[in-house]
Amino acid sequence: MFLMTLTASTDLAVPGTQQPAVHLDGVVKRFGTVTAVNGLDLRIRPGEVVALLGPNGAGKTTTVDMLLGLSQPTQGTVRVYGRAPQEAVALGQVSAVMQSGGLLKDYTVEETVRLTAVLFGKPRDAVRGALRRAGIADIADRLVGKCSGGQQQRLRFAMALLPDPELLILDEPTTGMDVGGRREFWDAIRQDARGGRTVIFATHYLEEADAYADRVVLVRRGRIVADGTASEVKALAAGRTVRATLPGARPADLDAIPGVESSEIRGDNVYLHGQDSDAIARHLLTRTEARDLEITSRNLEDAFLTLTADEENPA
Amino acid sequence: MTATTVHRSLPRYGGFTLGMIALELRRLIRNKRTVVFSVVMPPAFFLLFGTSADYRTERAGDGNVTGYVLISMAVYGAMLATTSGGAMVSIERAAGWSRQLRLTPLTPAAYVAVKLTLAMIIGLVSVLVVNVTGLFFGADLPTGEWIGCAALAWVCALVFAAFGLFMGYLLPSENVMQILSPALALLSFAGGLFVPLDALGHTFATIAKFTPVYGVGELARYPVTHSGHLWQAVLNVIAWTLVFSAGAMWRFRRDTARV
Repeated sequence: MFLMTLTASTDLAVPGTQQPAVHLDGVVKRFGTVTAVNGLDLRIRPGEVVALLGPNGAGKTTTVDMLLGLSQPTQGTVRVYGRAPQEAVALGQVSAVMQSGGLLKDYTVEETVRLTAVLFGKPRDAVRGALRRAGIADIADRLVGKCSGGQQQRLRFAMALLPDPELLILDEPTTGMDVGGRREFWDAIRQDARGGRTVIFATHYLEEADAYADRVVLVRRGRIVADGTASEVKALAAGRTVRATLPGARPADLDAIPGVESSEIRGDNVYLHGQDSDAIARHLLTRTEARDLEITSRNLEDAFLTLTADEENPA
Repeated sequence: MTATTVHRSLPRYGGFTLGMIALELRRLIRNKRTVVFSVVMPPAFFLLFGTSADYRTERAGDGNVTGYVLISMAVYGAMLATTSGGAMVSIERAAGWSRQLRLTPLTPAAYVAVKLTLAMIIGLVSVLVVNVTGLFFGADLPTGEWIGCAALAWVCALVFAAFGLFMGYLLPSENVMQILSPALALLSFAGGLFVPLDALGHTFATIAKFTPVYGVGELARYPVTHSGHLWQAVLNVIAWTLVFSAGAMWRFRRDTARV
């Protein structure tokens, strides 16, 4: 049994003073008898970089489609900067890098971006700017069909940058890229997000969520199962481990420390596992001779597997 | 934050711009298949089937038989060109491009308008190429009537732009023209474009009047021949335009519905 939602990040928002970038309210999406999204409530503040993390079939892409106005929720409302998604998309307030497809092989890289510029009514130099920021200025004259997967993805990124959106949505953006391509792509995104753009990315790569997101929203079966910083989410599922040097420790004493769920002694080192690592650390430092403390979370992969395991949780 | 400084507004005419048409045209010319279908094949057919010595001397209406064949081939070229123009949507849907365009201010109606405009532009190129070829290879038609025929061949090809659009939405294939090109050849035979209907026998000639190529061919040749059933041809063109447009609208609505 674990806590279903963290609320730590909401206290930063001052109610009424800031329009949320994204507001999902009781969103349900059904396809026939299949419920892809089952009651999502989510608020994302401007400037946040949020990972929508979940296994395949969790409802990430369905959620992204609704955020972009490509599909309508069966129930509930979706608002992007207070507008209907379709309208926000048409105004260029929100844009997206989709998973695959969406490119024509017989356009060049530059022509593809230029067409987007024409549609958004942006000048010619906006094209050069977007190509440069996406790191593909050197292949501007290459036919799209001759570009590698990573180059095509950066082209999609260039197109998404063109309207200078306030919110950028990335749907599994690095699927099929090699390690180098992935790092280059994320470097470009990270560089860009410094300007204060809100970014939401759907992913099933845990390390991406861990490395690039301020906030991780873990989705399973169309519901949010955890929401917080990467380390909060990790702690939520797996707790933390406090390691300390404490010669002569006895197992019974360690287990009696408030917050400790399990303990282990290896030589002079003790390993204490528990949800409330702060309480454990405080106890160790104030009531024992422990020194040389180290607090670690288990990696996000463990959290992910624990939280998305397919068993129903009696709350 | 950049957000507050960006001025945002929607484009005029739903995003239908000359800039987009110019870029699309460039891409179209890059596609060898389209160029062969609409610009190379029709004049080649004309040279092959319409320029024998007999045809140059034999009269047909106000001109020679070569001129008659020329008009038929101009109709055929316009038909192929506009169909392939409309059928572009099939490739674009298969590539996910249509979906990508829904992430821009371009409205679906403006998208269709761009495709129709492109179809009519390549249709015009095709008609011009065929007619210029005819000019050098023995077609003999009175100037005014010649221009009238060419104009009618082009305008009536709008039927096939609608046909191409309908098929483009209907068929999920990337190579939709591989299916449509033989289909158009068949319809051209059935509609009396390649062989005069009189040569086909009474029953077949009656059926032919209800096929989509018949009306366009009859109408385009009318300025020179002054013969045939004008009102039947007009009715045929109108009816098929309605059928194909309705079909295209039906599929288009389905395609752009936000489920």
